[in-house]
Amino acid sequence: MSKEQQRYLKKIKIRKYFVILVQVIIVIGFLALWEFLANKNIINTFVFSKPSEIWETILGLIAQNNLFNHILTTLKEVLIAFVLGILLGFIIAIILYEIPILAEIVDPFLTMINSLPKVALGPLIIIIAGANTKSIIVMALLINLIVSIITIYNGFVNVDDKKMKLIKSFGATKAQILTHLVIPSSYKTIISSLKLNISMSLIGVIMGEFLVSKEGIGYLIIYGTQVFNLSLVMAGILILIIISYILYKIIIFIESKLIKKF
Amino acid sequence: MNKLLEIKNLSKKYHTKNGEISAIDNISFDVYEKEFLCIIGSSGCGKSTLLNILANLDDLSSGKILKKENLNIGYMLQEDALMPWLNILDNALLGLEIRHEKTKENIAYTKELLEKYGLKDFLEKYPSQLSGGMRQRVALIRTLATRPDILFLDEPFSALDYVSRLSVSNDVAHIIKCEKKTVVMITHDIAEALSLADRIIVLSKRPAKIKSIYDISLEGETPLEKRKAKNFANLYDRLWKDLDKNV
Repeated sequence: MSKEQQRYLKKIKIRKYFVILVQVIIVIGFLALWEFLANKNIINTFVFSKPSEIWETILGLIAQNNLFNHILTTLKEVLIAFVLGILLGFIIAIILYEIPILAEIVDPFLTMINSLPKVALGPLIIIIAGANTKSIIVMALLINLIVSIITIYNGFVNVDDKKMKLIKSFGATKAQILTHLVIPSSYKTIISSLKLNISMSLIGVIMGEFLVSKEGIGYLIIYGTQVFNLSLVMAGILILIIISYILYKIIIFIESKLIKKF
Repeated sequence: MNKLLEIKNLSKKYHTKNGEISAIDNISFDVYEKEFLCIIGSSGCGKSTLLNILANLDDLSSGKILKKENLNIGYMLQEDALMPWLNILDNALLGLEIRHEKTKENIAYTKELLEKYGLKDFLEKYPSQLSGGMRQRVALIRTLATRPDILFLDEPFSALDYVSRLSVSNDVAHIIKCEKKTVVMITHDIAEALSLADRIIVLSKRPAKIKSIYDISLEGETPLEKRKAKNFANLYDRLWKDLDKNV
């Protein structure tokens, strides 16, 4: 390796470490400032809480053996909504693709539902599905399903027409066109819809938990607000941030594993 | 000579919102076994439509196409249209897979073709790792693997740059000659048609009619040699005068 190359690689490395260092400093600095301002009574701890109290709240939740139950409940709901969303989205996208006239008919309705703030349907969902986990899943599905359908369907219709012509020249059946061309060539779109879907599922589940729940991170936050325990609210938000970050990283990891193939 | 195809009074009309477009107007010709037939015409004259109809990818409006019984058709497009997610061997086997003909024997035949035409070390590679010329060869072998009696080539080289175009058309001509196939190729490139064809049909501008038919016999074995033949410039000139220009 030449000296210039070494210097270049070193420069990249230093830059990377610098970014991480600044990120850590920002987090620690933010927490320290928060704690300091709270201790000096410059900010109202009743409203904003403070890092040490949040930490104690989390430890308290762990001690009561509650925290992991709440996390597990939320994760379970997210997983169910995610899998259902992807499966249903995939199946509906295939149906729309195979029946173009149907796609044309439902197009404005899909757009309407997609642009509707789904939380407005919350009360209705509770009445229809009942005040239970079902409502939470329905809420999450409403949010992730339409986006999945639209993304995957768009992947399907954008298949290269030259490849389509080629496969037809071999006399491929509709099913063969789907399995040998349309689905594999939409592979990347499908994978990236996973990424979108996981965030949407989490949003939907938390929204659902705000409306009806006895457990889960959304429940922790809404309960904390009702009893004015802002440390609990902050603890809930912090856990949520961590969960969403980890879920996102997991999907990115799966994506990189699946896409490396070619 | 044995006729593989008889095209009789073929016409094609398209319907659009703005009215009816006549693409092909009353065309008749035959295709004989083992011949290399080129159809030339200016762009947009309807020659692709004609080939699509012959390859069953489009319907005709009127007329008749008589095919030899059990005629197996192979079709090759402008772009290689290789599937980026399949390796070279699987790409070459795609037609067989679709037709449920992926027998041991056919797989061996495809491998043999790939090896014979310089792709031996690339069976496990993916299309993105190959040059344009190699990809076009894979596309041709993918078509040949289904053992077609007749090959339809739709401007097979026009996606390539000029230099690769000459060498790839040399390659393809060599392969087609070795495998003794009947070919119908459309192109707008007079020189390309002259260097490859045994017979050339010139189409008019849209709606396409047959303007003239030429039997070509130039000295030389390969397309590149034929380009140097004595009569080449003379024929080029005649075809040039026959072609309708769009300008």
